[in-house]
Amino acid sequence: MTLIVILLNAILVDNFVLSKFMGICPFLGVSKKLDSAVGMGAAVTFVMVCATLCTYPIYTFILAPMGLEYLKTIAFILIIALFVQLVEMVLKKKVQSLYNALGVYLPLITTNCAVLGVTILNIDKGFGLAESLVNSLGGGLGFTLALVIFSGVRSRVNNADVPEMFKGVPATLIAASIVSLSFMGFSGLFG
Amino acid sequence: MAETAAEIKKDVGKPKNKGMLKELTKGIIKENPTLVTLLGMCPTLAVTVMASNGIGMGLATTFVLICSNLVISLLKNVIPKAVRLPCFIVIIASFVTLIEFLMKGYLPELYDALGLYLSLITVNCIILGRAEAFASKNGVLSSVLDAVGMGLGFTLALFAMGSIREIIGTGKWFGIDLHLPVTMTLFIMSAGGFFTLGVIIALVNKIAGRKAPAEVGCAACPNAENCPSYNKTEGKKEAEAE
Repeated sequence: MTLIVILLNAILVDNFVLSKFMGICPFLGVSKKLDSAVGMGAAVTFVMVCATLCTYPIYTFILAPMGLEYLKTIAFILIIALFVQLVEMVLKKKVQSLYNALGVYLPLITTNCAVLGVTILNIDKGFGLAESLVNSLGGGLGFTLALVIFSGVRSRVNNADVPEMFKGVPATLIAASIVSLSFMGFSGLFG
Repeated sequence: MAETAAEIKKDVGKPKNKGMLKELTKGIIKENPTLVTLLGMCPTLAVTVMASNGIGMGLATTFVLICSNLVISLLKNVIPKAVRLPCFIVIIASFVTLIEFLMKGYLPELYDALGLYLSLITVNCIILGRAEAFASKNGVLSSVLDAVGMGLGFTLALFAMGSIREIIGTGKWFGIDLHLPVTMTLFIMSAGGFFTLGVIIALVNKIAGRKAPAEVGCAACPNAENCPSYNKTEGKKEAEAE
């Protein structure tokens, strides 16, 4: 598989939110406004790519040669938690403007299943480093795309007159179902 | 350890059996983690294409929840407050690895069906939420009962989701053909997952006579107030706005 196919596949066909159901909490929680949706998406994309950059060598050069593959869940979640903390501190000290844009979303990401999901998925699929990075980038961009589209849908749903029992979360979920339906059109795009 | 032993005694010694029963039942109906407090949405949507997958996922999560609540309530005086979240995550991840091994050995079919989502129990917010909001503040016995209740509530919700999606989507239930005249394959696809959960939550609200919850995710999380990440984002902003 070429890298561009992996990228498009991760963005459109295997969209993390809409077809793999990972990162539903931020998808429903942070998609109220367009700017927060973009901020969260950018933070997730950044952490996904960097987490892959950290976890891939650790798995390939430390865990796999020692026969400790089963420790990957524990190792990866620790790496992600540490990495998110580190990024937050570095950004706060060095890159104030980026911290203002992404900082508030970073701590939420530690327990975002899309980040742990993409690192484990890269290993399960047997991707090399370049393929893993592209897959993570695509996953993050797909997540951002879903959040941005959904923030637009949601502003319409909020103004609509829905039955009392569907107000709030149920209406949001059904709107998500329709957005997910439209993404199903991409399935089979790359065979 | 002497402290914890004394605590177990204290818990058992108190004549509050009714209270204990409440810890057990609150998770099943009143504070059902999936349908009322809206936690752990990812596995709820992802694995419930079949009723049996739903039960398998629910029981695996219950196991992790009971073990982690047990260990965390035992260690609550040992773990420093500043690093408690990483500690909780490591404890939870260890039990997830354990259940992965058990399932791979004894239920290989279910292991293949759940796949990646089994590892993702680690980041299920129900478990970290109960650890933070309950087990780190309460005794051993009530923490375990709380975990059993929450786990069963989660399993029931997943079982309901899985049954509805499997019956409407494939016309089968636990693999047994029900000979339905019409099936809608859409229900076992991702769009059907969102739709089914939305309708179930709406029905639960109708039956319980509650107003539908307006918030989801972090804002709806019961421990949002003492969660550092939530306070840094929306909570703080709202507080400042006020």
